[in-house]
Amino acid sequence: MTVTDISPANTARNISYALRGIILIAVLALALAPMWASRADLRLFMEALSFLALAQMWNLLAGYTGLISVGQQAWVGLGGYFFFALAMFAGMPVLLAIPLAAIAAALVALPTAWVAFRLQGAYFAIGTWVIAEVFRLIAAQNGALGGGSGISLPVEIAKSLAESRNGREMVMYYLAFGIGIASVVLVWLLLRSKWGLALTAIRDSEPAAEAMGVVTRRVKFLIYILTAGVTALTGAFIFLQKLRITPDAAFSVNEWTAFVIFIVVIGGLGSIEGPIIGVLVFFALREIAADWGSWYLILMGAIAIAVMLINKRGIWGAVQVRWDVAAFPVRKILPERSRD
Amino acid sequence: MTTLLETRNLTAFYGDFQALFGVDITVGQGETVALIGSNGAGKSTFLRTLTGLLPAKGQDIRFEGQNIAGWAADRIHKAGIAMVPEGRRLFASLTVEENLLIGASGKRAGPWSLEKVYEIFPDLIAKKNNPGTALSGGQQQMVAIGRALMSNPTLLLCDEISLGLAPKVIKDIYEAVPLIREGGTSILVVEQDVGQAMAVADRVYCFMEGRVTLSGKPADLTKHQIAAAYFGAKNEGEAA
Amino acid sequence: MVWINAVLQGVLLGGLYALFAAGLSLMFGVMRFINMAHGDFIITAAYLLLALVTGFAIHPALAVPLVIVALAAAGYLNQRILLNRVLGKDILPPVLVTFGLSIIIQNALLEVFSADSQKLQAGWLDTASFKLSEDLAIGALPLLMFLAAVAVIAGLQFVFYKTPLGRMLRATSDDPEIVPLMGGSNAHIFAIATALASVVVAIAGIFLAMKTNFDPAAGPARLLFAFEVVIIGGLGSLWGTLIGGIILGVAQTVGAQIDTGSQVLAGHLVFLALLVVRPRGLFPKT
Repeated sequence: MTVTDISPANTARNISYALRGIILIAVLALALAPMWASRADLRLFMEALSFLALAQMWNLLAGYTGLISVGQQAWVGLGGYFFFALAMFAGMPVLLAIPLAAIAAALVALPTAWVAFRLQGAYFAIGTWVIAEVFRLIAAQNGALGGGSGISLPVEIAKSLAESRNGREMVMYYLAFGIGIASVVLVWLLLRSKWGLALTAIRDSEPAAEAMGVVTRRVKFLIYILTAGVTALTGAFIFLQKLRITPDAAFSVNEWTAFVIFIVVIGGLGSIEGPIIGVLVFFALREIAADWGSWYLILMGAIAIAVMLINKRGIWGAVQVRWDVAAFPVRKILPERSRD
Repeated sequence: MTTLLETRNLTAFYGDFQALFGVDITVGQGETVALIGSNGAGKSTFLRTLTGLLPAKGQDIRFEGQNIAGWAADRIHKAGIAMVPEGRRLFASLTVEENLLIGASGKRAGPWSLEKVYEIFPDLIAKKNNPGTALSGGQQQMVAIGRALMSNPTLLLCDEISLGLAPKVIKDIYEAVPLIREGGTSILVVEQDVGQAMAVADRVYCFMEGRVTLSGKPADLTKHQIAAAYFGAKNEGEAA
Repeated sequence: MVWINAVLQGVLLGGLYALFAAGLSLMFGVMRFINMAHGDFIITAAYLLLALVTGFAIHPALAVPLVIVALAAAGYLNQRILLNRVLGKDILPPVLVTFGLSIIIQNALLEVFSADSQKLQAGWLDTASFKLSEDLAIGALPLLMFLAAVAVIAGLQFVFYKTPLGRMLRATSDDPEIVPLMGGSNAHIFAIATALASVVVAIAGIFLAMKTNFDPAAGPARLLFAFEVVIIGGLGSLWGTLIGGIILGVAQTVGAQIDTGSQVLAGHLVFLALLVVRPRGLFPKT
């Protein structure tokens, strides 16, 4: 005989399964998008997937290690510029130049972290911004890469991806798909590994984590480097898609940090689900308010402030207060003792 | 004697943890009252509730006839309740004299002034321009008491003022109590040192696990009663 | 001689940077709070002065105090209504709320004043100068700016160390929890600190309006300069702020002398170098 269990725990489990189902369907739909979506839709998806990766990385940094960076544009921009340099001057194939650009940016992040980690809290935040500005100003001074007015990717490099326009768009789309999905999977796997426990401990209470023997400084350092690398990977892709890079676009604090922070904060800081929800809200809002000009940005700022005043953990945090649900379970749950 | 302070059925919480369970205490005009009890019995919590550092909204704390429960701490201070906090808590970047002066921020009229504080604690005169935290423990305690007196309080709350001090220093500090009473100030002290509390107080209340377990004049209480109220009934046999 | 001139102009520019930084430093000192919209408030003050003087034809002698009072009042209310709600151990809410404010202010200024860069004509102040030698001169405006910075810092120093208000502000910086036991209201004291910082912000904005072209997006760069000055000088040190301002100013003017396009970059690089060598600043408060 089956008994319907309507306990809250069971409801939460059912919701979790439903969420996982929805996500699976969404991933499948995205995987097959070139078959059903219009060209404009595909462009939108590409952008959303890029922002998903940026948001997952900012969230990994701020939500789990407490390092609030307002200088993530440094890595987007460096990724883009390194990619242009490798593809244009080293003549490297595009699909090799993108990951190499990410690795190069991660190498730059090593000394950068060494300097930035001298600052704490909000000072760290502004320090990362200064560093991003330094990169922007250096890029603007670099004549070979077009200086302040920037540079375009030669047509033959874009054509090396595929001869036809449709073919190129297909390759680009699957690059975006790969980066977006990989960013989620990466964070998920990381949180399920032995690192996850350390990161969750740091998120919940840094002193407690220290007491448990987590070397918080080293964890933070490594996460900073990792997020710089993946952010740069995304940046390299973004500027491959744009085919043109300028210092102001590459190192834009509004585009690559303010929007990303907005996405994470409204969706829910310190969870994998949060950035996904945030991306959906952000792009929905943008479609609605596209013609509002600066009022749209004012609205965004106001929403971010409201979230901080109402619930620091955003939409996903509010959901979790009601139901103990997880689309991406990361907790290690001890097996229940079997009842005879 | 007119009643200065009266709490009725006072409760206090730290989050979900209940620290006080219906405490009734009165302090008369000009009286010195001691709260005794072991660590964690709720004495300091009681003081923090009186001062407004812990929320007491909707409760009943009568001070000079008004219900001050739920008032902000600075308003309660201006109404005439001053506190010597546990651990002294002097301001590190202020000199001794500045620490005293900041106590007078409420601008209440009364007998206390810098001169008067230096009169009862003459040790402080030579140190008045030193940073408050550069003094010995006893002297820091004198500054903390002086700082509270500078507000010319009607009721002075002292939280564990003998904690961590040498017996000689404790004696010096308690010698100031009669001088403080002279000015008409009522005193409510929290003391773990039962002997000291009995010596100085007109009446004592004993706290255990957030409740008042005993109250009365020191002369009327037997050692047996106090031990039972202090340690709990199951130790009654041992104490006797 | 060009180098001496560059250093001299840098020192004077440092006065303006010290003004940018003093407000930021003050707020951090009293409530461990960093206002990411600090630069945008400076630009707001500049626009307000511009609007009063050129838009409403109000005499500068009246417009200047009006700007100062308006900013102080706005600062008090902002702290009381909004910022006090997010103060606390977790630094994320204050950073994000003020970052949100920064975006709101920039776009509101854009909506009202357009993206065109503007400057306030300061009349004779723009052109007057004192000749030191054949090829060395000090402009009247930069000199006034520098003297104003010294006066503002001396004034803040006086308020902090010689007045009951300053005593309360320092006590709050030490141990805010027990300040209410001294009769002080934390919410009010924090708001007073922000109002005081906003007075300095207003003065900085007034000089910025006369000194240089500005546009609605000019705030973040000023936040970065202010931040660099505070770190170079040492957290919580008022006179350190002046020294920090001078170092940043000289780094920029000397950098510009080496290569015209490198003014700001040179400042950032000197800051980062000092951060590596002296992470606690030149005059750390013990």
